[in-house]
Amino acid sequence: MSEVKTRVESDLISLKHPDERGYYGEFGGAYIPEMLFANVEQLRLIYQEVIDDPAFQAEYKSLLRDFVGRPSPLYLAKRLSEIYGTNVWLKREDLNHTGAHKINNTVGQILIAKRLGKKRIIAETGAGQHGVATATVCALMGLECFVYMGAVDIERQAPNVARMNMLGATVIPAESGSKTLKDATNEAIRDWINNAETTHYIIGSAIGPHPYPDMVTQLQAIVSEEISYQLTEQTGKEHPDYVVACVGGGSNAAGAFYHFLDDKRVKLILAEAAGKGIDSGHSAATSILGSKGIIHGCMTLLMQDPDGQIIEPYSLSAGLDYPGIGPLHANLITSGRAKVYAATDDEAMQAVFELSKVEGIIPALETAHALAILSRIGATKDEHVVVCLSGRGDKDLNTYMNYENIKDQVH
Amino acid sequence: MNKVRAKINEKQQRVLNVYFTAGHPTLDGIPNIAEGLQEAGVDLIELGMPYSDPLADGLTIQKSSEVALKNGMNLKHLFDQVKQATSSIEIPIILMGYYNQLIQFGMDRFLDMATTAGVSGLIIPDLPMFEYEAKFQKTFEDRNLGMSFLISPMTSDERIMQAGKLSSGFLYMVSQSSITGKTQDISQEQLAYFDKVNNMGVEAPRLIGFGIHNNETFETACKYSNGAIVGSSFIRALEKDASKAGIKTFVSSILNG
Repeated sequence: MSEVKTRVESDLISLKHPDERGYYGEFGGAYIPEMLFANVEQLRLIYQEVIDDPAFQAEYKSLLRDFVGRPSPLYLAKRLSEIYGTNVWLKREDLNHTGAHKINNTVGQILIAKRLGKKRIIAETGAGQHGVATATVCALMGLECFVYMGAVDIERQAPNVARMNMLGATVIPAESGSKTLKDATNEAIRDWINNAETTHYIIGSAIGPHPYPDMVTQLQAIVSEEISYQLTEQTGKEHPDYVVACVGGGSNAAGAFYHFLDDKRVKLILAEAAGKGIDSGHSAATSILGSKGIIHGCMTLLMQDPDGQIIEPYSLSAGLDYPGIGPLHANLITSGRAKVYAATDDEAMQAVFELSKVEGIIPALETAHALAILSRIGATKDEHVVVCLSGRGDKDLNTYMNYENIKDQVH
Repeated sequence: MNKVRAKINEKQQRVLNVYFTAGHPTLDGIPNIAEGLQEAGVDLIELGMPYSDPLADGLTIQKSSEVALKNGMNLKHLFDQVKQATSSIEIPIILMGYYNQLIQFGMDRFLDMATTAGVSGLIIPDLPMFEYEAKFQKTFEDRNLGMSFLISPMTSDERIMQAGKLSSGFLYMVSQSSITGKTQDISQEQLAYFDKVNNMGVEAPRLIGFGIHNNETFETACKYSNGAIVGSSFIRALEKDASKAGIKTFVSSILNG
């Protein structure tokens, strides 16, 4: 825990890590039924030691290089830069193996699961990217894999379901509640309660009980580590002026922000999904519509009614269709360290088509929310804006092809 | 002493605690079901506050919660119904719910309304023990609310002792590492766990729950503890027949086979 020591010595409060009990300010912690306590505690006691172990780092980094294809490029999008009157850099997580940033975390967690001696892996997935990334590393390591996915999401993300099946995973539909990411996560947690001793749960976002938000953030931190040196190599600049990322649960934002969290010169921007509009009743804009409470084992901001019933969110993008946000992010938002903008389905779709036409890159619908707010952040001509291009759009082709037809329907 | 602990102390053995979800199968059924349970010889009532995301619960209780919420159950209505029920029954009512429900409703407001309605105890499976100790233990004890913490076969001995110390109602022994609603026989492994805890000298009385669904499992649980908790199987029975006669038949099947 060298980070903790540094914090004490320098008397600086780092935004990077939670305290011993897992709190980022007033958010985080572990609010779990006793049946999960032993598992979560086992993970809490070893995760930092494992991540800091040079042998783990060597294996993790070598897989990231040779299997995932890292480092991912930091690419100056010239035509997009002209449109927005600033320097727009794209951190190309879409070029990773399996097509998104999700694999950074699953590679790390599968190595942790092996150290714990777990033979069975479970995961939840929304858009299917985390499910595919988990199925991929399970195939790589020869471990049994079960992925929970909302029945609604299975329908709108068919190509990813096919991928998971080909990779040898079993996809289990979550039929409860809104049948989306929230419910898939509930089902995965219940599976973990039922199979606590044999199973490791690979959570795909920076959510869940401590230590998950911190563990996932550290395993995604490679993104900002690379941005940091790549930008310097290409521009001579020490740091970007802005880092922009979309946020559902928040893993790509956590990774893209990590190395800049304590550097106030870098403005941190989150793009959340407004769905059909913040006041439309069909939205997933958690920072605006949410209040403090507990979801999936952590204290954070979430969308809920006055009785604490969790409200089913809406976004056309399955990966942002989540009623909560990671506790790290909740703390960044309420403390003013990060600024949030919301993009509607329509704005995100326009951004998809724009990036495709002017840069030759078809982004994931989730990612497009980060592009959709670029005109609003106030970046000037000489400034450098890094956008985390978290995923590619292959999985969304159906949505893109049918958009005009489905625009007026709500799930 | 709170009513939950007093009742268990008085009976000592074969304590039967029956769970049902508020608002299921009908919105206004709480007083009638509660009376039916008392008349059938039940000792404690555990009333579930229906929640959108009940993490520790299996399909039966999940579905009953969905039905209850669709029926329009909310906390205010729940307290109204509990108040009616406690005016005609004497056995204690314990509320079971998730911490987020209490936080969002407002802890003080929740406790005020619970006390006024005649609630005797609480079970909040996702409230950490240290947080209860730091923030709520004194308030709960001042209000005579019996708190019950859960332990499972994976809980360390140290935590078992701590949970026993903090449980002013009873220690809730989850019989297996699982969510609610399983209907298998009790295994040798489970018996060893029951036996171990039985000999630990835990401060609080103990009730065994999760998977207790018939006379055989009830009798086994009673051999190793002060009694047992029945939930999912009662929910399934209520779906077939929620009349007092139906409730009596169900309770008798648990107590007498």
